[in-house]
Amino acid sequence: MKKLLVYMKDYKKESILGPLFKLLEASFELLVPLVVSAIIDVGIANRDVPYIVCMVLLMVALGVIGLVCSITAQYFAAKAAVGFTAKVRSALFAHIQSLSYTEMDTMGTSTLITRMTSDMNQVQNGVNLVLRLFLRSPFIVFGAMIMAFTIDVKSAMVFVVTIPALSVVVFGVMLISMPLYKKVQAGLDRVLRRTRENLSGVRVIRAFNKEESEIQQFDEENRQLTKMQMFVGRISALMNPITYVIINVATLVLIWTGAWQVEGGILTQGQVVALVNYMSQILVELIKLANLVITVTKAWACANRIESIFDQQSSMQYPKQSVQEDPIADVITFENVGLTYKNAGAESLSNLNFSIHRGQTVGIIGGTGAGKTSLVNLIPRFYDASQGRVLVNGVDVREYPQDQLRDKIGIVPQKAVLFGGSIADNLRWGKEDATREELMDALRISQAEEFVEKREGGIDAMVAQNGKNLSGGQRQRLTIARALVRKPEILILDDSASALDYATDAKLRKAIRQMDPSVTVLIVSQRAASIQYADQIIVLDDGEAVGIGTHQELLQNCPVYQEIYYSQFPKEVQA
Amino acid sequence: MQTHNNGETMRKVLRHIRKYWFYFILSLLFAAVTVTLTLYLPILIGEAVDLILAPGQVDFEGIWSLLLIMGVMIGGTALSQWIMNVCNNKITYNTIQDIREEAFRKIENLPLKYIDSHSYGEVVSRVIADVDQFADGLLMGFTQFFTGVLTIVGTLIFMLTMNVGITLVVVVITPVSLFVASFIAKKTYTMFQLQSSTRGEQTGLIDEMIGNQKVVAAFGYQEKAQKRFDEVNERLRQCSLRAIFFSSITNPATRFVNSLVYAGVGVAGALSAVAGGISVGQLTSFLSYANQYTKPFNEISGVVTELQNALACAARIFELIEEEPQTPEPPDVVELTDLDGSVALEHVYFSYAPEQKLIEDFNLEVKPGSRIAIVGPTGCGKTTVINLLMRFYDVNQGCIRVSGTDIRKMTRHSLRAGYGMVLQETWLKSGTIRENIIMGKPDATEEEIVAAAKASHAHSFIKRLPQGYDTIITEEGGGLSQGQKQLLCITRVMLCLPPMLILDEATSSIDTRTEIKIQEAFARLMEGRTSFIVAHRLSTIREADVILVMRDGKIIEQGDHETLLQKNGFYAQLYNSQFSA
Repeated sequence: MKKLLVYMKDYKKESILGPLFKLLEASFELLVPLVVSAIIDVGIANRDVPYIVCMVLLMVALGVIGLVCSITAQYFAAKAAVGFTAKVRSALFAHIQSLSYTEMDTMGTSTLITRMTSDMNQVQNGVNLVLRLFLRSPFIVFGAMIMAFTIDVKSAMVFVVTIPALSVVVFGVMLISMPLYKKVQAGLDRVLRRTRENLSGVRVIRAFNKEESEIQQFDEENRQLTKMQMFVGRISALMNPITYVIINVATLVLIWTGAWQVEGGILTQGQVVALVNYMSQILVELIKLANLVITVTKAWACANRIESIFDQQSSMQYPKQSVQEDPIADVITFENVGLTYKNAGAESLSNLNFSIHRGQTVGIIGGTGAGKTSLVNLIPRFYDASQGRVLVNGVDVREYPQDQLRDKIGIVPQKAVLFGGSIADNLRWGKEDATREELMDALRISQAEEFVEKREGGIDAMVAQNGKNLSGGQRQRLTIARALVRKPEILILDDSASALDYATDAKLRKAIRQMDPSVTVLIVSQRAASIQYADQIIVLDDGEAVGIGTHQELLQNCPVYQEIYYSQFPKEVQA
Repeated sequence: MQTHNNGETMRKVLRHIRKYWFYFILSLLFAAVTVTLTLYLPILIGEAVDLILAPGQVDFEGIWSLLLIMGVMIGGTALSQWIMNVCNNKITYNTIQDIREEAFRKIENLPLKYIDSHSYGEVVSRVIADVDQFADGLLMGFTQFFTGVLTIVGTLIFMLTMNVGITLVVVVITPVSLFVASFIAKKTYTMFQLQSSTRGEQTGLIDEMIGNQKVVAAFGYQEKAQKRFDEVNERLRQCSLRAIFFSSITNPATRFVNSLVYAGVGVAGALSAVAGGISVGQLTSFLSYANQYTKPFNEISGVVTELQNALACAARIFELIEEEPQTPEPPDVVELTDLDGSVALEHVYFSYAPEQKLIEDFNLEVKPGSRIAIVGPTGCGKTTVINLLMRFYDVNQGCIRVSGTDIRKMTRHSLRAGYGMVLQETWLKSGTIRENIIMGKPDATEEEIVAAAKASHAHSFIKRLPQGYDTIITEEGGGLSQGQKQLLCITRVMLCLPPMLILDEATSSIDTRTEIKIQEAFARLMEGRTSFIVAHRLSTIREADVILVMRDGKIIEQGDHETLLQKNGFYAQLYNSQFSA
């Protein structure tokens, strides 16, 4: 929480004035019982009607001042709370943007999204409430006690005993029930998981005729949840009756002591009434305070979660200075490259050595988990190699400024991700100022022209968020076009034709080959057919390059490649 | 219309509560007791104050007996309040337990059509979040609505018995607070709507940009993303500020009205006390009534919104519960246990939506033990065939027979027990490996389990897991590779060995070695069994007795490999495209 407070500094004025006006309001509220007691002791006792009217007007005036003060306070509190969260949110967004793939992998995007949305709202509520009530409620509780002291020390002792007793009950019940609520939450999670599972696995569950036993298990979990809820409910049901008893017994004691003090001439009747009024004010505030503490604890936990993201620093630093490239060097060189992911035990890539000449087409093939994607991710420096170095145009990728490196590379990731907006908007991610012709060229090469033209509006047709209104194959072709618009030096296709049928895949590869001959193309695939005509094929197995060469060479001397190839093209068909 | 629907929902809620009528009456009874006692207390306090006049004029004996009475009353109030709370808890939590059970039973009995066309999140949120919200509203409604109404009525009666004039003052001024509150609520409604739509917009952007942060980084879009975010963020800040500030005026404003009531009672009461109409003690009681009387109004207006919200949630839950279930089984349904493995599709018509025809007049005769390969490009609708065979969906016309019996005339249970299904989208339930394997045969012995696992090449990797067969796997089978998950699913079928199989061959996501193992396991499974295979491998396709070629959801060609090649249609095209670059 502490670190987040930095973002409060623009709202210093508001966060001081807010509580201050609240205190002012509370002070006026505390005066009301005194006025009432004056009406009784002076007004009624002396039958002084003008005095009574005057005092009542004073009460109304106190009310008006209170209203003005508290509206002012609400305004400052709201302004500070909303402004503060807006600042934190923006900073958090920027921070997340600065994180590298390694941090994104460890944290997971769904957590980050909840942090930015629901956690942030909780914090906003918390800050707002704190500014409004955190000073006010204790102030009224203790203020009422102090006012009681000014009236009569002996009667005030009743307050001294009551307030701690009440606090113990209110906060005790909370302390006991809060961990129990966590258990309730866990029970709810179980019920949720079972429900979700039964939806996602509906075919399997029905295929195995498991409906009845699932219902039984659900009922069991549901019943446990109910039992827990009732138990917690019974405990918190105690709070109201107990506080009621304490406050009212205290009132009785107050009346009894008051009676003796009046008898002794120390107090008047009106003052006894004032004391009783103070007692009931305390009850109201304590209940508010308890609610406040719950909200604040929640907000606190959320704030800590948000802060833990700020604590996560990017593990990659980029130089600012652009670098001089070596014009005669190979476009990509791997020197003894090894990669171990954070928190992973074993190496995902080990001891890779190869060079790619400008304009070559290189195929990368291997089974799942062989390290194909890991390999290509090192080139745009999504991850840093943990051993050896990766060179692009003769320069270590770690010496490039981020933009200089990534502008060279067009990458088409495995998962075809598109964004809400028009098709043209999506393509311009590759190059902001691309002309219409450039966009159409890219679409033509990626075999997307036909279906894009068929859509209403052509390249101005809207794409839904995540490209939901397009088929998998269409999405893949658009992501390829997006990378092509950039006219990259290096084009990386990471298994990005998997949703295309073989014929389209073949046409696509042909079109890419006919582009600018200086473009270096890396194709990652599970299909031998997709890469068999590449200039160079890298065969990966368990993170190691077990074969590098052309199709013919590998077919002769690389057993892993043979295994893959013949599983897809049985020998007899070859003949 | 809205109120009519609310009334309808309310009736349904009441029908669920009826089971707990005893607690309901008890709760009402004790609510009445609580309110009466709570309201009577200020009167006694007032009386006690009247006994404390001035030095020498204090009636200690009178005060003491009043205090005793009050003490007993306080105890009684607390007790009845507690009983009321406990009753309300019982009603609420039992009701929602019933509703949840009902909802889950419905889920198990919904047609697949419903489940396929609704996102899981939506259904889950009905069963979890909506029910929860409903419970909160119900509980609050019980505890605050009744006591609130009773308090208002009770206070009025008590005040009227003491002094009509002062009561009128209270009655006239109080509605002002209600008016103010509803005025503010109405004014802020649009502000809140704007806030939530802006918030939705922002969440969408966050979801898109953070969810795909890797792509954003790859294309250097960070700065633009930040710019877009800050723009929405600023708008959100402004409209949140407005919504929060204006709605937060409600509290001080109603409190101000309360203080007006208080002042009104003060002046009216004091004046009539001067005239000798009421005593100082009675004035005290009046003042505390003035406080108590206005509070429930504010609470009730809060409860009403909460209750409306709860009813909206309830309506969503009932919508799920009342959803049309799958076709019930007819009374003359048979339980077939000895299926021979023959399947016949006769003049089958099927489509998901009437306007888009998929399968028309489809005929197929499958002899026991034969192999049917289903072939076609991705997304061609191969699952449709599975949906029909397993009766996840019913045919629109024609019929499907298994062992000569129309599958609609046999129990779903016996039909599905006849099939073993291994899909490419493997699904494992959270639980131990063992629990997952014995799904089809809960009483399997340890030997049978291990034998099945060995036969499907799963034993060796299971053995290497931390707790072997008792290793707990999480939802979506986390921790296992795709290939291992598929092997587990095969083991599951291997254990019960049904006469018919539906298999889905792996495409690209499995490495070659595991794939070979899966192939071997499949081959062992298929020995002597009727099998439907969604096929990708040439060898499987060539060995099939019948190949069904699908495209765009329709079955366009049917026959064996040679016939289809000669036909030189879509199959031939598909086959050739795989082997020409």
